[in-house]
Parts: sequence; structure tokens; C-alpha cells
Amino acid sequence: MTKYIVKRLLLMIPTLLGVAVLIFFLMRIVPGDIVELRFAGESSYAQKENLDKERARLGLDQPVWRQLVTWMAGLARFDLGTSMWTGAPITEEIRLRFALSLQLAIMATIVAILLAIPLGVIAALRQDTWIDYVVRVISIAGLATPSFWLGIVFILGLLIVFKWLPPMVYTPFWVNPVQNLAQLIWPALAVGYRYSAVATRMTRSAMLEVLREDYIRTARAKGLWEKLILSRHALKNAMLPVLTVIALEFAFLIGGLVVTEQVFNLNGLGLLFVEAVGHRDYTLTQALVMLVAFVFIFVNFMVDLAYAWLDPRIRLR
Amino acid sequence: MAVGRPVEIAADVPEAARRRRWIAAVGEFCRERPLGAIGAAVVLLNILVGLGATVIAPYDPLATDYGAMLAPPSAAHWLGTDAFGRDVLSRIIYGSRTAMVVGFACALLGATLGAVIGVASAYFAGKVDLLVQRVMDIFLAFPLIILALAVVSILGTGIGNVIIAIAIPMIPRAALVTRSSALAIREMPYVDAARAAGFRHRRIILRHMLPNVMAPYLIMLTAYLGQAILAEASLTFLGLGVSEPTPAWGLMLRGAAVQFAESAPWMAIFPGLAISLAVFAFNLFGDSLRDALDPRLRAQ
Repeated sequence: MTKYIVKRLLLMIPTLLGVAVLIFFLMRIVPGDIVELRFAGESSYAQKENLDKERARLGLDQPVWRQLVTWMAGLARFDLGTSMWTGAPITEEIRLRFALSLQLAIMATIVAILLAIPLGVIAALRQDTWIDYVVRVISIAGLATPSFWLGIVFILGLLIVFKWLPPMVYTPFWVNPVQNLAQLIWPALAVGYRYSAVATRMTRSAMLEVLREDYIRTARAKGLWEKLILSRHALKNAMLPVLTVIALEFAFLIGGLVVTEQVFNLNGLGLLFVEAVGHRDYTLTQALVMLVAFVFIFVNFMVDLAYAWLDPRIRLR
Repeated sequence: MAVGRPVEIAADVPEAARRRRWIAAVGEFCRERPLGAIGAAVVLLNILVGLGATVIAPYDPLATDYGAMLAPPSAAHWLGTDAFGRDVLSRIIYGSRTAMVVGFACALLGATLGAVIGVASAYFAGKVDLLVQRVMDIFLAFPLIILALAVVSILGTGIGNVIIAIAIPMIPRAALVTRSSALAIREMPYVDAARAAGFRHRRIILRHMLPNVMAPYLIMLTAYLGQAILAEASLTFLGLGVSEPTPAWGLMLRGAAVQFAESAPWMAIFPGLAISLAVFAFNLFGDSLRDALDPRLRAQ
């Protein structure tokens, strides 16, 4: 087991290295750079010396390979550097936005779990009845509805029916929990619906598979209480694949909610991505990509570990 | 003559039988999976509406009418008009053209390239397989929005570039799925036979192995159709996708639709419904197709 964990952790390094090299060169293929963009705003023709001076200050006059080495050396020391656009340390830039994205992701996950597990279990138990059909239609509709549009509809509904708009300025949870939740519950519901659709479908099919197992028949044959069979025997065994989709969706939500953030005027990681690429802020974009890639790889790793932990039949090598 | 007839029949029968088998399969699909059949019907309708947009749409989607700006739904404009007095229904009808083109192009491109890479990776095995897997891992971990942003920043907006931006992230997922099916096919005697016959790698991969991963391929393809339409709407909404004046559903939700949402909610509601309905139909059909094709599910 320890050997497996070490091996997996070591395998993360080449993947992260690949991501780093890819984003490094991708950003440099994108036409235009931060210096041009910054001076483009000025009315007079920017002096070439000024541009060169600015480039030298940001280290953009160095050969590309040296820029790569410098950045990688920083990464190895967990030093993300400063944002080219604002000059502030990147950890500072990311911290608040990461907190927001994380909170939204957690809230959406709660919404999804609360919806998905009961719906999925009922649909599986009543397979091919009208209940099953209704649940399936609800979940397929959840996959089909764009979250950002659902967000617009929520705002519209609140405005027309209750003449009330959710707060559009972010308040951290520890400053004012009510204000914070009043704002974030709507995007969490909009995103959570789609998220729950993925999880409901998985719960349903996993339950269907488990309910056909011999040990369920045995449990029934010995006259075990149906509720106990469902919670202790069936649900527990059906949870593994559900856990996987929930975890992978969660990883996606960190930094993947660009459009929903736009609709709800939330300054999360998603919008920061758009800004950073728009400004050609190489250091910030690179840092963000590394963060999101790391979250994705790490969540995958945790899922695999959880599998081994929850299901003793699985031997990790 | 005497010799010709039996030959003619022999060539004729399989053709007719094949056609009959197809019709029977379609009939069975409709009977056993009514939800899937409804989905397929809506998809077909959507395609037809897209193809016949010029005939069906009551107005020119680009024609502005400043006398009827933000007009609510009425007999003249069934779904109302937008901030420029353009007919919302006509724009939705033309928008389905954009959605279908993007959906099919992305899904075909993503699923096909993914399948080829997945099958090739399984066929060559060993170091090649390991390398391909690592590269796919990198792309999987890479945030989708950055890929899309980068592609659009490099190539510019426009329908072709949007298709590329959406299709690229689909490739590694499709490759992963087809690779696992292809691993089993690689061990089949007919692949050995083809290799023994001295066929080139390309021929074995494309002609012998690829047709045998059709089931996972079709499942990926139908799943991607809906996803591509959603992705296009999101990118376009952000201003990174299809741009004005092309009628596109994501574009209709942008700008004025949000700005005037309170006074003219039809501008924000109907295009979103169109997106949801189209994707819903694709998913309904795709789900049923998966159930029908997946032998593991069929056995139960």
C-alpha cells in the first residue's frame, strides 16, 4: 500500500511537468504580450525603449528556455512568483478567489448529494415504473440545461416574483454568513442541479447492479429488514462509483465555473482565468493552470485510495 | 440467362435482408425504448429545422425593426423580438443550424480522433501505449477553459475555431474509453491473422480494429453531441465563440438579453429553452442507444 502511494505520488510529477511545459508554450504562442497590451491603452505611440525596458523588467527579454527554467525552478520551491499585471504575489491574488470557488464547489456538492442519492435510490428500487421515468427525465434534463442559463432564470424569477435580487457583491462567510449564503445559494443550486444529474444517474445504475448481487438475495432470504438491506448492504456497496463521479465533478468545479461566475458576478477562479489570459499575464495563468491541474490529479489519486480503503477486494499495486 | 439469374438473386438477397434487418432494428428500438425514440424524433426535427431555416423562419434573422424593439410575444412575433427588433423565433430557428453544425462537427472530430488514438495506442502497446497514456493524462488534467481560451486567442473567434477549441478536449476522453475496448480486440485471432498476412499497421488499425469498437464509439459520439452544443453556448456567451451577426443560441443570451431580462424576459428564456431541448433530445437518444448497444446491460 505504501509502495503504491509513493509510486502514484511520483507519477504525478511527469504529468504536472507536462502540464507546465504545455501551458508555458501555449501562452507564448498566443499572439501579443502583456507589455504591448499595457502600452496599447496609452494615446501616444509607445516608445520602443519603454517597451523594451518593461520587457526587461518582467524578464521577457530572456531566451524562452531560460524563462522556462526560471519558472520551473520557482515551481520546485513552491514559489509561484508575482503577477505580471498587478505585481502582487500570486498567492495573494489567488487566495480570496480560491476561497470563493471552493465554497461554491462545496455548496454545489451538498446540493448534488442531497438530490442525487435519494432520487437515484428510489429510481433503482422502482425500476421501469413512472417514478423511474420521472427521475430519469429530471436527471437528463439536468444534464441538458446550461447552468449559467438556469442562473439567469433564477435571478429573473427572484426579481419578477419576489422583487428581490440576491446580493451581487461578495461577502466572505466569516464576515457575514447570511449575506454570503444569500448570494452563493443561487449559483450553488444552478450548478448543483447539473451536478446532481450526473450523480443521480450513477447512483441509479450502481444500485441496480448491486441489487442483483447474491448477498442482497441472501440478506432478503434470511428475512432482514428491507431498510437495513438497503442502507447497510446495497447503498454502501453502490457508493463507490457515485463517489468517483462526485469527486471528479468537484475537481472540475474548482476553476471550471467561468460562465456561472460571470452571470452571478462572482470573482472566482474561473473569471480570473479569463482575465489572466486576456492580459497575457503569463505567470498568473501558469500558476492557475498548475493549481487546477494539481487539484484534478490529487482528487483522482484520493478517489483511487478511497476505493482501496472502502473495498478490501481491490488490491492496489 | 440461366446462369445470370441465380447470381442476381444471390447478390440481391443479402442487400434486401440487410435493409429489412435495419428496419426491424429501428422498429425494435422504437418499441422498446420510447424515450429514445422521442429523443431521436426531436433530434431529427432539429436537423430539419436547421436545414430548412430559410423556408420555415417567418423573418430574416438579421432584419432589424426599430418599430418593434423588445416587443413581447404576439401573433406577429411568436416569441417576441430582441433589442434590435429582430424576431426571436427566426433567430432560434437559424440558431439551430449553428448548433447542429457545431454539435456534429465537434462530436465527429473528437470521438473519431480519440478512437483512432485509443485503438492505435492499444495496438502498438508497450512504450507507445505508455507514452500516449501520459500525454492523454496531461490533457485530461489541463483545464478545459484554458484550452478553449488559448485556441480562440491564437486562431480568433469564428465557427471553425470554436469547433477546434471544443473538439480538442474531447479527444483524450474518447481515447481512454476506446483504448480499453481495443485492448480486448487486439488479442482476437483475426488481428493476429491480419498481422500474419503482412498488412500494414495502418490498415490493421483502421480496417480491422476500428470497426470493432463501434459500440463505445457511437456511445461517445452521441454523448458528445449534447456536450458540444452546451460548450458552444457557454463559450459564445463569454464572447469567445460564434460572433455576431451569426445567429447562435449562446449569442442570443448575451448582452441585451441579461440587461433587459426584467422587462423582456422572453429574450433570455426562449434561447435557453432551445439549447436545453436540443441537448435533452440528444441525451435521451444517446442514453437509449447506449442501453441497446452495451451488451453487459442487454444481458441483464
